[in-house]
Amino acid sequence: MSATVTETSAPRWLGLWPAAMLMLFFLVPFAIMLAVSVAHRDQSGFYEWGFELDSYARFMSGFFAKVMAVSLSVSLSAAAICVAIAFPFTVFLAQMSNRTQTLVLVVLLSVLALSEVIIGFALSTLLSQTAGIGNLFHWLGLIAEPQAYTPSLFALITGLCYIGFPFAVLVLYPPVSRLDPEIVEAARVMGASGPRAFFGVIVPSLRGAIVGAFILVFVFTLGSYLLPQLLGRSEDWTLSVHITDQAVYQSNLPFAAAMSIFLMLVALALVGLASLAGRDRGAAA
Amino acid sequence: MNRRDLLKTGAAGAMILAAPSVLRAQDTALKVGTYGGYFQDSFDKHIYPDFTAASGINVESIGEPTGEAWLVQLQQAARARQAPADVSMMAQVARIKGERSELWAKLDESKMPNVANLPDHFIHRYEDGSLNGTGAVSWYITLVTNTESFAEAPTSWQAFWDSANADKIGLMSLASNSFLLEITATTFFDGTEILGTEEGVLQVMEKLAEVKPNVRLWWRDEGQFQQALETGEIPMGQYYHDVTGLAASQGKPVRSTFPDEGAVLDSGSWVVSKASQMLDQAQVFIDYMAQPEIQAKLSRMVGTAPTVARDLTDLTDEEFAAVSSEKTPILPKYEIYVDRGDWINQQWSEKITG
Repeated sequence: MSATVTETSAPRWLGLWPAAMLMLFFLVPFAIMLAVSVAHRDQSGFYEWGFELDSYARFMSGFFAKVMAVSLSVSLSAAAICVAIAFPFTVFLAQMSNRTQTLVLVVLLSVLALSEVIIGFALSTLLSQTAGIGNLFHWLGLIAEPQAYTPSLFALITGLCYIGFPFAVLVLYPPVSRLDPEIVEAARVMGASGPRAFFGVIVPSLRGAIVGAFILVFVFTLGSYLLPQLLGRSEDWTLSVHITDQAVYQSNLPFAAAMSIFLMLVALALVGLASLAGRDRGAAA
Repeated sequence: MNRRDLLKTGAAGAMILAAPSVLRAQDTALKVGTYGGYFQDSFDKHIYPDFTAASGINVESIGEPTGEAWLVQLQQAARARQAPADVSMMAQVARIKGERSELWAKLDESKMPNVANLPDHFIHRYEDGSLNGTGAVSWYITLVTNTESFAEAPTSWQAFWDSANADKIGLMSLASNSFLLEITATTFFDGTEILGTEEGVLQVMEKLAEVKPNVRLWWRDEGQFQQALETGEIPMGQYYHDVTGLAASQGKPVRSTFPDEGAVLDSGSWVVSKASQMLDQAQVFIDYMAQPEIQAKLSRMVGTAPTVARDLTDLTDEEFAAVSSEKTPILPKYEIYVDRGDWINQQWSEKITG
């Protein structure tokens, strides 16, 4: 070790370690998935290595275009709602005492420890007709009969937001808490109203963090396949549900792999667009 | 293959707590594969010790994964002349796929006199007439209702199509595990023959699509539907007869009905990998399992329907009713999910659950 003189404390070859891990656990599985997606599906068995685009061709249909549209709109809505709630929440949180902040963050982190199954079952009970919140509304005289709010698109988005919200807060919290309060004070001194200062000063200066939180929740919810089954109607089933069906129940791995790659490409394209858009507006401002 | 999910359904899983880890490998042990979870644990506890005592053959119990993964593993291993299990319990679609690729060893009927107890649909043969498998366990999928929401039990599958049941029904989400095509064909098209052609399948799907406004949940998870059925949230649907009976016996307001058209009889079968070196012992095991008293024991201890005719067993009326019915069952057309699996699956996604 002493033979090489390095300016940093860590030797350079240490960088090979994450590189090798990335190779081993990301690129290699991805390459296998690519290879499987063009393999030949054998209906009476499994698949045989080969090169054919049948699985991709099968995906090119009105039906799967619809499923893809459902997936994207569900995840985009969930991401938008999460960020819309998480941003003001985080700004508010950052103004509280350190003790309260720590407490709230710990509670939020603990939500991440819950599995999707637990969240799905809890929400389906909460929104049910027999034991759910409909009974409370009925008791309050708001509705004539207790009713069920699940399975529905509303229930599904609620579930996804429940999972996505802590992530959004955790991404937003560091930049929000570092935001210099004097910037806002300066705006107020210059005569800006509260809302004006919020939307004109705080939001633009944290645009990067907001876009980051949006992208994280979007990508994260895009892969959800349990909640759509537990909380959604069959027309709300996302592409991830169909991928699971093909891989687990139909043992059609080529088709499942092809759909996964499609989903990934579309997600990457949207993420690219979002970050580009964020940067452009930033440059223009 | 859904049967291993039984594990999740509470009380039925209570038995597994006592799972013994005996019967471990010896060089001479016969490796027997069953669905991991409830089935494997039940067999470990109730079947293998007695079999070893009766035959002198040790058993190594193997837990099979769900889906068709086990078929694939057996196929790959057989190419290398290995048998991860000698005898396996296979779901019918996977069994037929193995039969098509001649993965199963040919069995010698003269050494298995008890196999004659089984009805024809549990005797599986190659085209040349040689035996390659026998029925192992079977169970019914019936019409279930919540007794508080439905004071009277429905008598026909037609209840699914009744507009009075809008948004009240829970059905299984896949063509190949719900067997709703067979149910629809038997209820409205005089039997399952119509499913022999693609036009016929589409005709049946068109009829089945009429239930969509009544379906609140297309379920994959047994626990989710059972809970909804017990609370009355989703007061009607299709479910397993044995588990429903168990829930009812624990005071839950649910009932299982064998409709006039018959309930669906699903099953798993015993097959032997052609790579197995223990064909003789495997045949002793399969023969042992085809005895009426062993089938009766499975009905009592595991909750499966006997694969042999009822009058061969000593099951009481009550015991028999807990697992089966004298009504003619609807037998799934497993072949169509092998021959046209992808096509049916795609049509199903678009026309039924889509």
